[in-house]
Amino acid sequence: MIRFQNVSKIYPSNSDSGLQTYALDDVNLQVGKKEFISLVGKSGAGKTTLFRILLVEEKPTSGQVFLDSQEVHKIKKSRLPYLRRRIGAVFQDYKLLPSKTAYENIAYALEVIGANDEEIQKDVPEVLQIVGLADKANNFPVELSGGEKQRVAIARALIHRPEVILADEPTGNLDPYNASDIIQLLLKINELGTTVILATHNKDIVNNLGRRVVTMENGKIIRDEEKGRFVL
Amino acid sequence: MSAATIFIIVLTIFLVTSLFIFQKAATLLIADLQEKVDISVYFKDTADEQQILDAKKDLVSLPEVKDVQYTSAEAALEAFVAKHKDEPVLIESIVELGANPLLASLDIKAGQASQYDAIASFLQEAPFKDLIEKVDYYQRKPVIERIFSITSAVAKGGILLSIILALVAFLVTFNQIRMAIYSSREEISIQRLVGASNRFIRGPFLAEGVISGFFAALISLLILLPLSFFLGPKAEVFLPGFNLFHYLTSNFFLIFSIQLITGMAVGVISSLIAVRKYLEV
Repeated sequence: MIRFQNVSKIYPSNSDSGLQTYALDDVNLQVGKKEFISLVGKSGAGKTTLFRILLVEEKPTSGQVFLDSQEVHKIKKSRLPYLRRRIGAVFQDYKLLPSKTAYENIAYALEVIGANDEEIQKDVPEVLQIVGLADKANNFPVELSGGEKQRVAIARALIHRPEVILADEPTGNLDPYNASDIIQLLLKINELGTTVILATHNKDIVNNLGRRVVTMENGKIIRDEEKGRFVL
Repeated sequence: MSAATIFIIVLTIFLVTSLFIFQKAATLLIADLQEKVDISVYFKDTADEQQILDAKKDLVSLPEVKDVQYTSAEAALEAFVAKHKDEPVLIESIVELGANPLLASLDIKAGQASQYDAIASFLQEAPFKDLIEKVDYYQRKPVIERIFSITSAVAKGGILLSIILALVAFLVTFNQIRMAIYSSREEISIQRLVGASNRFIRGPFLAEGVISGFFAALISLLILLPLSFFLGPKAEVFLPGFNLFHYLTSNFFLIFSIQLITGMAVGVISSLIAVRKYLEV
């Protein structure tokens, strides 16, 4: 359902050597419905850039990206919000609004699309239940632990019932216990039918998953295995 | 919404409104003067009443002449005394002279200001021209022309100043919105992330521009009305019959519309451009 076709992202050079930076170098990747794939590689390998290009936060220098059969970068600016509602995103820094409670942060995602109070009151508790934070609904981010904040972020990413969840280093700031919880949550979400793309450089997580692993280095995909392992 | 933004828009609105009122007042003044313009023909004291009345008949028959008023020497004296009744020195000096120093006159009003020239030429060739002591006309024309050129120069200067001030107001508001966008950048990026529509994200900033303009118009009105109430009588000295306050209240909607349009134009245009430029979608 997601297809990257010959995608390259080149930054012009600022250095003396005159060499350009290849954030992405002719990337070809297909992700099927309901798949759970791990995108691994060291920092700077291109994982985040790939996500940003999928979300149309950046434009590729060349190549196309397809969601179902729609070429994402050909979508009109005014229609982009609808694309973004089909893709839920979770980040290492949570990106929560500090002045809103957990409930309000999640409800915000529905408010911005103009949902009415009824829908909000129905959907938000449901999704809080899924992530296991029903009792922390009225806490502010500052009152939540890292793991709980990330779960709020995941809940918010889920609220539009997206087809895909992109998780960019979701466990980066978490201890191993919380990290494991988050991964379990993502697996649960995947079981319920959502495609999950997890970008991470956490070796243990990847090795315990036994799922497809796509390895990136210097903007290229160097390995793509069905039951992959994190190889240093 | 900041005080600085609203203040500068208020200034702009004020200037534009003042300019508008000035234009109106100037038009009234000139019309008034043109109304007052007439040709006064003073007859020698050797002329007798019948001759003057005959001259009046001749004049009335002219197509350009709208009206001719005859004032006898005695009537002129009475009017003079009445007008200067609070100046005993003046009255005494007249009494000293013994005889009536004032002359009989015919006040001619033309149908249009442009026709006075024709009438003046007629008088120069008139059959009764030897009875004429003085024609009091040529002195008024330059006054009118002078006033006209002064008011249009002031109007032009006013327009230029308004444009400059509007530009300043635009820049201040523009900057204000730009800063607001910058301060909210975290929230904006989250809004984008969760798929908020462009209108949802832009809305508050555009609204800020519109509301600033609206408030500025309201404040201008609140300042203008009491100001004109107090200044009105003073202005009447210069422009008899033009009470500033009454003019404002009777043309309320027109004036307020001008203020609203000026204010909102500045607000909307500056916020539209700021949003276009700085709010990436």
